Amino acid sequence: MPDKPRLTREQIAARTAKELPDGAYVNLGWGIPNLIADYLPPGLTVFFHSENGILGMGRRAKLGEEDYDLVDAMKVPVTLTPGASFFHQADAHLMTRGGHLDVAVLGGFQVSEKGDLANWKVPGARGSGGIGGAMDIAAGAKVLIVCMEHTTKDGAPKIVKQCTYPLTALACVDTIVTDLAVIDVRAEGLLLRETASGWTKKEIQELTGAPLL
Amino acid sequence: MKQKIFPSLDAAVADVPDGARIMFGGFGGAGFPNNLIQALARKGTKNITAISNNCGTRDGELGLMFKNGQISHVIASFPGPHANYFQECFAAKEVTLELVPQGILCERMRAAAAGILGFYTSVGVETEVAAGKEERIIDNQRCILESPIHADYACIKAEKADALGNLTYRLAARNFNPIMAMAAKTTIVEVEEIVPVGTIESENVVTPAIFVHRIVQAKGIRYAG
Repeated sequence: MPDKPRLTREQIAARTAKELPDGAYVNLGWGIPNLIADYLPPGLTVFFHSENGILGMGRRAKLGEEDYDLVDAMKVPVTLTPGASFFHQADAHLMTRGGHLDVAVLGGFQVSEKGDLANWKVPGARGSGGIGGAMDIAAGAKVLIVCMEHTTKDGAPKIVKQCTYPLTALACVDTIVTDLAVIDVRAEGLLLRETASGWTKKEIQELTGAPLL
Repeated sequence: MKQKIFPSLDAAVADVPDGARIMFGGFGGAGFPNNLIQALARKGTKNITAISNNCGTRDGELGLMFKNGQISHVIASFPGPHANYFQECFAAKEVTLELVPQGILCERMRAAAAGILGFYTSVGVETEVAAGKEERIIDNQRCILESPIHADYACIKAEKADALGNLTYRLAARNFNPIMAMAAKTTIVEVEEIVPVGTIESENVVTPAIFVHRIVQAKGIRYAG
């Protein structure tokens, strides 16, 4: 594996933020996606949906400002933006499943060349695992972006021909943003749209388990 | 007219039998009926099927009832990173678990509330949650049949109630509570405050009184993540 700098988690988040259209309703999942709110390009307005029942969620609460009835889906105290609203859980997921969100950004363990996503359970992991809102969100978002490291800690590709981890949803991913590349899932295959600074297509292909167009 | 306000938490759960199916509201630490959970722990009801998004935060929320061995089956979407008593029971096979995608969990409860006997959804197709479920194609989309989730009781948390049972919720503490209130045969709510009938503006009622059967006032308890 070439020993060259890759994007940090924060840089992946900042790069993904540039994919969000102005005025979009957006859900951010756990992990790297949750960092995106801090890296919105100046002038861009987006409305964050939190699956516990908030539309128009603002920044995280500062010390002393916390109200534990106002938390995000990760239990972190947050704030509201003007015009925010609350609704119950069935409506929160009606928004995810029913195609109302413009963009959802989720973390991933594996993405296949067909855009299948596995992101909720590592095979052989101890304990019960947990699905949360991932399956509803993956099935329903108009555009689904997955943010993740390009390879596992052991260097194995996370972009694969076929997912071997338990699936979250079939053919749901539109774009993958990793620490090495931005890749679009197209009917004809995986289109390498952008490479990280200093990386060649050949080097990235060697770390990818499916052909790149 | 039958009085819905109960004098104590213990009185509000006094008739909950062993083997009951109970929904518990709450998400992300907000909106959990922690006082009612503690009352059920004092009562010692056993063999409970618990329907809830999460499975406790250490001793808090449902953690206490897993610690006491009161729950034998759970229907949940995300047991959670601090559900250590649940995980111990699960590893020891003292508790069985049905994992359900979060939105499908509420939609199945909503179906029970609405007299809908089943629905098809593309959520979960080809995943572990599709196991044993009928699959068909509608509008060129693969989908699976989901069934309603019923319950004998819902234990929920609201901010205010009037004596009729109209409820309001505070901020994001609403979450699962209104859905569970509609889905269970008997809904028991703990509220911060009981206010005179007519003081909750009709247009601000979130859960209408018809869904609420027992009201008990108790200062809310929260457990840090």
